Amino acid sequence: MIQAQSKADLVHDVSQFLFREARYADDHRYEDWEGLWADDGIYWIPANGDDIDPERQMSIIYDNRSRIALRVKQLLTGKRHTQEPQSRLRRIVGDIEVLKSDGRELHVTCNTMIFESALRGDIIWVSRNEFVLRRDGDDFKIARKKVALVNNDKAIFTLSFLV
Amino acid sequence: MNMLARSPEWGDLIRRDRVRGDLYRDPAIFQLELERVWYRTWVYVGHESEIPKPHDFVRKSIGLQPILMTRGQDGRIHLLLNRCTHRGNQLCAKEQGNAVNFTCPFHAWNFGSDGRLVGYAFPDGYEGLDKKAHGLGRVPRVASYRGFVFGSFAPDGPSLEEHLGGAAETLDRLAMTSPEGEIEIKAGFLKHRVKANWKFILENETDGYHPAFVHSSIFAVADSGIGSLYGAKSTALTRDYGNGHTELDLRPEFRKRDVPLSWFGTTIERLPDYAARMNGAYGEAKARQIMIDGTPHVMIFPNLFIAEIQMFVIEPLAVEDSVQHVTALQFKGAPDLNRRMRQQTMGSVGPAGLLLADDSEMYERTQRGVHASDTDWIYLGRGEHRERRDGDGFMVGHATDEVPSRGIWRHYRALMEQA
Repeated sequence: MIQAQSKADLVHDVSQFLFREARYADDHRYEDWEGLWADDGIYWIPANGDDIDPERQMSIIYDNRSRIALRVKQLLTGKRHTQEPQSRLRRIVGDIEVLKSDGRELHVTCNTMIFESALRGDIIWVSRNEFVLRRDGDDFKIARKKVALVNNDKAIFTLSFLV
Repeated sequence: MNMLARSPEWGDLIRRDRVRGDLYRDPAIFQLELERVWYRTWVYVGHESEIPKPHDFVRKSIGLQPILMTRGQDGRIHLLLNRCTHRGNQLCAKEQGNAVNFTCPFHAWNFGSDGRLVGYAFPDGYEGLDKKAHGLGRVPRVASYRGFVFGSFAPDGPSLEEHLGGAAETLDRLAMTSPEGEIEIKAGFLKHRVKANWKFILENETDGYHPAFVHSSIFAVADSGIGSLYGAKSTALTRDYGNGHTELDLRPEFRKRDVPLSWFGTTIERLPDYAARMNGAYGEAKARQIMIDGTPHVMIFPNLFIAEIQMFVIEPLAVEDSVQHVTALQFKGAPDLNRRMRQQTMGSVGPAGLLLADDSEMYERTQRGVHASDTDWIYLGRGEHRERRDGDGFMVGHATDEVPSRGIWRHYRALMEQA
């Protein structure tokens, strides 16, 4: 029973963290969002399937930590035309599961649906996300985020907000 | 319906230094382009290295037509129409693979990797069906240059080499970047869709005027060394090779820098294995020159763009709907160079690319812009007063001049005027 309680607490803490990450992204709080990442974080959006080898095959995004920082810096210039004006965004994060956890890291999955309203028009983006979260005091840092878009095998429109 | 009856006076739409917005938004003109550009001239389809083994296949397209690029048992490359000759069903739904035969899921008609009809279900239902007459449709002319496979739906016309003309040399130059002289396309494609006419993409590829503004955000935060290539003081050239092929020749800037691999934002110290292989293959002096000059930035009309480190293929879907297929160029015998090519490509292009997402934003905004038709000219006169012929007789201009756009439209008009 104690164990069941602590598992529920863990899912709660993880959920709150994922909701916060989603809110920072939706609200274009770029620096706050970047602050959630571990120093060795990897941000990955595969193309043409969910299980390609990103070291050999093209991905939509395959950022190491310094490229995540560059992406954020570019958005902060105010001259990233594709995000000026910024997309209006709201996303639902659900089906959160903690698949694995040890003292240091947690493997978490969730489904995400994002509604984007931009100059081009409105688009719905749907993905299965896989996180590796690292414990950081009472909080977490993102060591890895993989966004497996349902339609990553198709031609997709510009995806320039933080997904 | 007689297409000719709808054909506009092209001279009213295309002048030497300006073109009308109709060309980007009129569905009837798009239909004429399919007929007179996409289903007539040489169109890039795929690369031989995508189907290295007998019976390998990959799905491609020419204009709106679905194409299967296959390699037959004997190694020959075929461009087949992906349509069963029985009742028109899409024959192959897989993106790519290896198949000795393609069996149509509708009525089990069966075709070889070379397109011949092998057999069909319940043969007693046909009396004397000529299998030879029911093979898969094929693109009548197929030719390749440096492994780049082109198809033309015109049964006769200029050869591929005549079509490429002076631009063929850019593909030779590209191949020299490999210590084995060969390009490979094997990293998979990003597919980036834009709500814009295909010609906005075509023209932008060799427009050296936009980078300083469209890409100012990334130039401000990344020390890529690209920004200066497109400044007012750049010594780089725009070039019109004729037949619609255009180039941004960055070599004058790289030669000024005189640092091998500067074109790629790196040094031979960082890619020692590559530099050693290049020295071994070409000798030190020539290898050094190749590594200073870098790869070309060339747009092969109408749909193949080599952008130094990556290759784009433009696919038209509708008058205001297009896809850019993009992948990292890979060079045989250059694993360390290739790895960096893939990393840089993923960062800069595709739907989330630090460069291309902004280009694509401009394509879509220009598309919306040209719906305002009151003053309908798009002005392409930049640098007319200073364009000149180079030593080979090709028109060249300043890096930021609109020599390429003028060349593209002159060729386009010539194609569209041939009924």
